[in-house]
Amino acid sequence: MKRKPLLSQLFWAVVPVAAALFFIALILLAAGANPWQAFREITLGALESPQKWADVATAWVPLALVGAGMSLTFAAGLWNIGAEGQIILGAIFATWVVRSVDLPQVPVIALIILAGMVGGALWGLLTGLLRVYARVHEIFAGLGLNFIATALIIWLIFNPWKPARGATMSGTEPFPEVTWIPRLGSSRLVPLAMVLTVVALLVAFFLLRGTRFGLELRAIGKNARAAFIQGIPTARHMLVAFVLCGAMAGLAGALQATAVYHRLIPRISGGYGYAGMLVVILAAYRPEWVPAVALFFAAIGVGSPRLELNLQLDASLGGVLEGMVVLFVLLAAGLRNRLSHKP
Amino acid sequence: MRIELHDIYKHFGPVRANDGISLTLEPGQIHGLLGENGAGKTTLMKILSGYQAKDRGEILVDGRVVKFRSPAEAIAAGIGMLHQDPLDFPPMTALDNFLLGFDRRLRPDRRAGRQQLLELAARFRFPLEPEAAVERMTVGERQQLEIIRLLALGVQTIILDEPTTGISAPQKVQLFQTLRQLASEEGKSIVFVSHKLEEVEDLCQAVTVLRLGQVTGERLMPVPLDELVQLMFGQSLALPGKPAVPPGDVLLEARDLTVESPRLTITHAALSVRAGEVIGIAGMEGSGQDLFLRALAGLLRPKAGEVWLAGRPLTGRSYREFMQAGISLLPADRIDEGLVRGLTISEHMALHRKTPFFIRWEENRAYTAEQIRFFNVKGQPDSPVDALSGGNQQRVLLALQPAGLKVLILEHPTRGLDMESTRWVWEQLLKRRERGTAILFTSADLDEIMTYSDRVIVFFNGQPFPPLPVTELTVEDLGYMIGGKQPATSKPQPAAALPEA
Amino acid sequence: MDPFIINTLASIFANAAPIVFASVGETLTEKSGVVNLSLDGTILLTAMAAFAFALNTGSVAGGFLVAALIGAAIALIVAVANIELGLEQVAVGFVLTMLTADLSSFLGNPYVNQAGPYLTQQPIPLLSQIPILGPVLFQQNLAVYASYVVIVAAWWWMSKTQPGLQMRGVGERPEAAFARGVNVNAVRYLYTLLGGALVGIAGATYSLVVKLGWSHNHTAGNGWIALAIVIFGGWDPWKVASGAYLFGLLKALGSVLQRNPAFVNVPTQIFSTAPFALMILFLALTSSGVTDRFLDLFQPATRRRLERLLRGRAPAALGRPFRRG
Repeated sequence: MKRKPLLSQLFWAVVPVAAALFFIALILLAAGANPWQAFREITLGALESPQKWADVATAWVPLALVGAGMSLTFAAGLWNIGAEGQIILGAIFATWVVRSVDLPQVPVIALIILAGMVGGALWGLLTGLLRVYARVHEIFAGLGLNFIATALIIWLIFNPWKPARGATMSGTEPFPEVTWIPRLGSSRLVPLAMVLTVVALLVAFFLLRGTRFGLELRAIGKNARAAFIQGIPTARHMLVAFVLCGAMAGLAGALQATAVYHRLIPRISGGYGYAGMLVVILAAYRPEWVPAVALFFAAIGVGSPRLELNLQLDASLGGVLEGMVVLFVLLAAGLRNRLSHKP
Repeated sequence: MRIELHDIYKHFGPVRANDGISLTLEPGQIHGLLGENGAGKTTLMKILSGYQAKDRGEILVDGRVVKFRSPAEAIAAGIGMLHQDPLDFPPMTALDNFLLGFDRRLRPDRRAGRQQLLELAARFRFPLEPEAAVERMTVGERQQLEIIRLLALGVQTIILDEPTTGISAPQKVQLFQTLRQLASEEGKSIVFVSHKLEEVEDLCQAVTVLRLGQVTGERLMPVPLDELVQLMFGQSLALPGKPAVPPGDVLLEARDLTVESPRLTITHAALSVRAGEVIGIAGMEGSGQDLFLRALAGLLRPKAGEVWLAGRPLTGRSYREFMQAGISLLPADRIDEGLVRGLTISEHMALHRKTPFFIRWEENRAYTAEQIRFFNVKGQPDSPVDALSGGNQQRVLLALQPAGLKVLILEHPTRGLDMESTRWVWEQLLKRRERGTAILFTSADLDEIMTYSDRVIVFFNGQPFPPLPVTELTVEDLGYMIGGKQPATSKPQPAAALPEA
Repeated sequence: MDPFIINTLASIFANAAPIVFASVGETLTEKSGVVNLSLDGTILLTAMAAFAFALNTGSVAGGFLVAALIGAAIALIVAVANIELGLEQVAVGFVLTMLTADLSSFLGNPYVNQAGPYLTQQPIPLLSQIPILGPVLFQQNLAVYASYVVIVAAWWWMSKTQPGLQMRGVGERPEAAFARGVNVNAVRYLYTLLGGALVGIAGATYSLVVKLGWSHNHTAGNGWIALAIVIFGGWDPWKVASGAYLFGLLKALGSVLQRNPAFVNVPTQIFSTAPFALMILFLALTSSGVTDRFLDLFQPATRRRLERLLRGRAPAALGRPFRRG
């Protein structure tokens, strides 16, 4: 296979992004806003101060974790839309540890991390079982489980785990400080979370590239039937992929609960499950590109609220930006493929 | 209508499916189109019926040049084709199938349609029920439906592609009656594409024989079958011979195997294979060989019977267990079943070796490069397998097989390969055989079967002839058996028992 | 009959109307072989657009039209991406669903919590006098009546007309449809656009009829439910519609139970989430191995009929692009 020339690679990467920005500019103009100002606000919002950089780093964690996990499920050709629920279950399990265990900081945090991974892994396993044995497409199984997870967390917050003052949408009582994952000095940076994320990314990368298991997952994703004929245990591997992705998503949930919010809130998953999917799609399903793409998404996520503050524009413009870029990149990839196949 | 085909060319990549074919079909005649697998019959008829585009050549109908861009245009010109697997809509009823595409009216006239269906069915005594779901009809009934649909659309020429594969004997009788009726009473032209000599002899007034994309002969029936067999199978270049190897212990046994598929059922098949033996399996595609072999390899679960390997019963176990026990199957579809499209050679190598959990890519690549050299593959370790030519894909497939295999099953190992690759493949297979591996292979090339097999099994219409030692057969015998007839040099039919030593 | 029950029933038919539009529309699309996963976001976007247009121009009909056009346009992207560019329908659909959802929030910001025009009730003379059925079915507004028509029209089109027959053929076995002179890709474009337009109308029905006005995430989750209902209803318009009404019933039950003192401690969110979870669980159960075993208890003929009833069958060519032989 010929190496595609660097210029051509660059072209096909830059043009769709430019096209997306252009399209969004049009939309902004139609909505009566100034595109240049809008883009500027978002950028400033993410970069204007060290606090904001720390926020970006914090937002990066769940995106990159989910991205790492999903690169595994996508390798096997699976659409793990249930990541949102897996994040929630991780947060729930972590909260349970916080509420039930009375230990010094190091062991309790270790347990929290473990619990988060187990919670997410279990939820992921459920999706996998539904897919493999009940033949329910993982999109619907995942969505259903997402709904159930949401209902579960709300029930927990409003009943057994409700604060003494009464149940509200602001969540449970704040967690005891010993369970808070430490921040760096007075900043909002959580080094442990970032380290764990980097570990997860490395694990995903090396699993996929450097192990037999990863190779077999990729074979399943390319042609499950042929993979089976090569002797690969396709059902078992799919379940493992769901478990691994669930564990990473669950870890993200646990971190959200104990490092960011210090309590369990109904929207603990914050849409990161779905955003993570966009991240992986844009990263062309490669774990090595997830960190950069996740950073891009995190920056947009942190910068967007400024739009409301200064321009009276809804922060969802960030999501529009993300979605538009992914869409255009996808379309461009398809176009490029089509053009190169015609003789 | 009189149909003429002039110099039809059609290629698929490097393969010349139709290599300058000219042919004339006279009205009111049943014209047989004979040839073995890969001869180009189906491609030619797909071109005539508008389903495929030709590269070069002309089609004339009653002296006028015609161009068909789709089957619908061909039908409008009066030419319709009944495909081997009828192009119908399984979940819909017979009536819906009949009505779909019938005319341009917004609301199909169901009453008139039903009436027409029943009338036509009655005329040929087809027992069709308008409200039956097509997927639950037998292949024969689906054909009947398609035939009357084409007739209702007014076709004057009907092409039938291997119509008797998978239909019952009474249905066959009925079909032939119908075809004769159509030709003689209604002046329709029929093209009967087949490999079954007896049926062609029975039915056709004229015959054209194809081989390797070209016409090898046109005859008016009756013609001695020997001649037809000669024209079909011809003479080909000699292949390297094989040294004798005394067979070892019994490795693989199939006992009273029954395997089912939607089109065919194989019943009470039995086979016993020894170490170092080569068993050649002949027969037209769809005659049951693939079912049988896949059941032996553990890819299909037999409905009844047993499969034993090296004295252990393996029936019903998972495919992985079969593989671990030492059986491997190389599918005919190299790129969609044998190999994983999109992975590189070195990745395939890593999958097949006993690599540890952590793959050492450098080492793997070096090993792959060595294997590539050894097996003479034209490709790099990092070449994706779909970029390789068929011959090289086959080399890779063989290179992937572990050394100490007990049984190696190959579906059409040299199909689509050039002479050189074919020689090479057989060199490899013979080497394995010397080390005690038993080899089973299917092939459409009778010379290949004759040259390399110790024993030969011919499948016809879902049933295997009992295995015969190659020393007792000739190529002509094989041709007859494939066509469903007993060999001319006939011995009394051997009993269907395991030929034990 | 108790007026409370009649009112509840009537409201079920009204509230289910958007899901009927969306799921019947998607049924048409999928029957021709295309999956439009962007439903959830498209409904949001079209709901917002319909409301915004109606608010600005005073024309409710215009709102519906705009919504239909936008719905068709989004569906067109899915179709083009799959048919012309060879991209996976699921991938493009997913990205679109997120994009359009965010777009709806962004563009809809100025319209949040505003009062706007809506469709008024228009009882049908004579029919609305029928005891029980009259008040339940025929004292609704135009959109709800249109939802009844859409069900019947889809059923009639699919099972009684030649084009409908051809559409089914395209979804089952495109090669055979091609052999009969059907332009497979043109058919797929047509029904994807038509389905998309119906999804747009579903959105408009939310903001102009069922849940007036606009707010962020106004119709959340209903698009996914519509997709699940298509499978649940076995790609058959009547069964799909029943699925939509069943969902409406579950939601109504939820509201009723909520007011019951026994459930006073359960937060409202559980009630709003439960019907979704239940429907999807239902889906899981009916396609699972458990049901297989249940079905095995019956004779083959009965089993087949039950299976048709419970599961339906996906169009065999769903999701696969068509290449000429």
